[in-house]
Formats: sequence, structure tokens, C-alpha cells
Amino acid sequence: MAVARYWRQQEQRYSLAGSKCAICNGSFFPKRTICPTCHRRSIGKMEKFLFSGKGKVVTYTIVHDPIISYADQSPYVLAVIALEEGDLVLGQIVDCDPRIVDIDLDVEMVFRRLSAEGASGTIQYGFKFRLMDVGSS
Amino acid sequence: MKAGIVSYGIYIPRYRITPASIGAVWGQDGNSMGKALGIESKSVPAPDEDAATIAVESARRMLRRVRVDPSRIGAIFVGSESHPYAVKPTATIVGEAIGATPVMTAADFEFACKAGTAAIQACLGLVHMDDNVMPMDYALAIGSDTSQGAPGNALEYSASAGGVSFLIGKDDVIAKIDHSISITTDTPDFWRREGMKYPSHAERFTGVPAYFKHVEMCASKVMENMGTKPGDYDYAVFHQPNGKFPVNVARKLGFTSEKIAPGLWTPRIGNTYSASMMMGLAGILDVAKPNDLILGVSYGSGAGSDGFHIEITDAIEDFNRSASPLVADEAGLGMDIDYATYLKFRKKIKMEGE
Repeated sequence: MAVARYWRQQEQRYSLAGSKCAICNGSFFPKRTICPTCHRRSIGKMEKFLFSGKGKVVTYTIVHDPIISYADQSPYVLAVIALEEGDLVLGQIVDCDPRIVDIDLDVEMVFRRLSAEGASGTIQYGFKFRLMDVGSS
Repeated sequence: MKAGIVSYGIYIPRYRITPASIGAVWGQDGNSMGKALGIESKSVPAPDEDAATIAVESARRMLRRVRVDPSRIGAIFVGSESHPYAVKPTATIVGEAIGATPVMTAADFEFACKAGTAAIQACLGLVHMDDNVMPMDYALAIGSDTSQGAPGNALEYSASAGGVSFLIGKDDVIAKIDHSISITTDTPDFWRREGMKYPSHAERFTGVPAYFKHVEMCASKVMENMGTKPGDYDYAVFHQPNGKFPVNVARKLGFTSEKIAPGLWTPRIGNTYSASMMMGLAGILDVAKPNDLILGVSYGSGAGSDGFHIEITDAIEDFNRSASPLVADEAGLGMDIDYATYLKFRKKIKMEGE
């Protein structure tokens, strides 16, 4: 039963909600209770931080052998994105011919379906990415 | 101060299919069909898009254009005929995704293609209400759909996807809604029974006794109540189930084709259902100037029309339109897909384990 697990991650998945350390200003995704730089000095000083969703492709792979629930999106791109405000996140790049994806391209967050618990279960939503300023392939 | 539109945002999925590609599969002359309907192409949602994701995107784009703390949005109503859940609101997903929860009310609306404009009227009522009864700085009305036509049915040429968000409030209004009135009757021109995947329609019955009757009555009623005539308006926008009906109804009412052109988007993107007339209105807001007058009339099968008399204010001069895509930007971006890909994207192919 993934309902509760996904519900707990909702803010993080819907809005790229992470943490910011009030001491060193480092921003982290997902949320952290302790800053990896400031250690115990950061306890109680980590604040909620919403990333803008803008970033750049650090590296990527094209998935040609998807899990069954992603068969209708195959081949699709999974990429490591360097978020504008810091930290890296793994996400799918949608709405493009996978052949045009490249390192350093600008991306923005989009809100998409991630998965569904069969035909009668809940639908999980969250962030994916889209190339910026790319219209047609 | 009269309430009105404080900000707006639109979203159109990137994929497109042409009438020629659809017709080729069903032994029909798709090009002629497209010409008859006035549709060059229609938008198709990606496999991971639905009315909720489209509603969220349009709402986020609306927020980018203004400095409004989302927690001041006191109501979110989402109009759609393709809500992803039968029970569990789309509006709560939007509220959470834009940071408007938890102090807000929410509900999903359904009235075929006019559920979004019904949401606008509900929002107008709430922001005009006495603050002691229900405090409401802003209310959000959304029309969002990923509509479907049965394979091979004429609806398949037009049923598309898109979403529009209108933030309704009383401060920094860019488009005052001076008057709104509706026409409603029980007319069975188009329906979908509970549990059925595709809608049904009464063929030619959808024209004169349904669309034209309600839109014409509603437009005339708005003008009668406001003491205006077609020549007084700078722009007009009517629901667009295809590219022909809005052009014909404009002509019958006495509006020139120049006045409806900035709001006529179905020929490029298809009928976005609950977003259709709202998309047209957004297209007009993309180009409108202070003091421009707009007549807007939606239509929803079943049946009814919501009419609006709208006046653009000086606030539109400082409005940050460029913070989010214009309708022309989004309509112009498109990746053509073939019919087989369309079937896959619209989940019309039975997969392993289904």
C-alpha cells in the first residue's frame, strides 16, 4: 500500500520542496534535517525551500527497455539535473525527441503523472522536466 | 471595485495530430473533414498528462504573472469533463501543487464544455461576498480537459486537450467582469453516461437547437442588459466546438471576423472543451489594451451558456504577460504524431496485465 508513502512525499514531488541551511545557505533536495556541511550546528536551522524547477542537464540516459507502466513513453530520457539553486535531482525529460537531449541544455520542471496503482488505485503526481525553448522536433 | 480577472495562465500539450492522419485510418477524407470542421490540427496530451496536470501547469503559469501569495487564494474550482478521478477532486491536487492549501475551499465542476466558465461565475460570487461571511481575497477558476472522441467518430477530429486558469479578485484587476448572465435548458445534445469511456452526441441536433440557440440567446441577453450592441465591442469570443460554429454565430450576431480572430484557437489546437472559450478569452487578453470591451459566451452541452461583459483596465499596462507563454506561443509549438502513436498516448491500446 503506497498511498501513505506517496502522500508523505507529496510536497517534495509536487513542488520540489527541499531544505535550506540557515548557516551556510546550502540548498538540498530532498529535505534534510542536518546540513552535510554544517553538521550539528545546523540542527533546528534547516528551513523549507522551494526550488524554482529550473536547471541544466548534467548527464542523461535513454531508456529503451522500460518497465511496463512506462511502455507508452518509451524510449524516454532519464537525466540528472543540476537545479539552479543548487543540488542535483534525477528526473525524466518529457515532450521531446530523445535524440535532441544533450548535456548542459536548460530544463524546467513540469507537473506530470508519475505512476498509478492500477486502474482503481490512486494516481501519483510529481515533477518531471522539459527542455526549455524547444518546440518542434 | 468590481471583481474581475487579476491574472491568467494557459497550457496546451505539445503533441498534435491532423485530420488527414485520423481520416486515413478510417477510410475518410480527413482533409475534407478538417475543412468542414474548420480544424487544421488538434492537441494531444502526452501519456503522463491528464486534466489535473494540465490544470496545475495553467495555474502555475497564472501565478508567475503576478505577485500574489498563493495562500491568499480562498477557493479553487476546476471545471472538466475528464477529471482523472470519479471521486477525489482535481481541485485539491491543484491547491496542493500551487501552495494554496489548507485554508481554502475547493470543488470540481462538470457541465460539458462550460464547466470552467461556471467556475468563473462561482468565483465572482465568492470574491463579491461580505468578508464577514466568507473572507476571500482571490478565487481561482480553471477549465481543463483531455477530452476523448470514440475512435472513428466525428468527435475524434476535434476533441483535444488544454487548460486555462483565471485568478478572480478585486485588487489589480486587469479585466473587469461588469456583467454575467447564463442561459440553461435541459437539452440532450451530447452526453456521457457514468462508467462509459466515450461520449455520445445527437449528430446535427448539436447545432441549431443546442449551440446556436443558447449562445445567441446568451449573447443577446448580455447586450440587452448592458445596453450594448455588437459594434460597441472590440473583441468577441464564443465557445469553439469546431472552427465553424463560432464563426457562424459571430456572423449571425453581427460581429466582424476581425473581432473574433484573436480568440479563435480551435482551428489550430482543436476543442479543448472546458478550456475552449477560456482559451479564446486568454488569447484576447494577450493582445487587449485598456478600455477594450469584450463579449464572451461559453457553451456546454446539456445545455447552457455563460455570458460575460468584460472591460480591460489600465492595470493591464503593468501586467507581466511575458512571464508565461501566450496562447499564440503555445499553439505554435507542436510535434505531429501519427494515428498509432495517438492511440498509444490516449491509452486506447490494451496493455499486458490490463
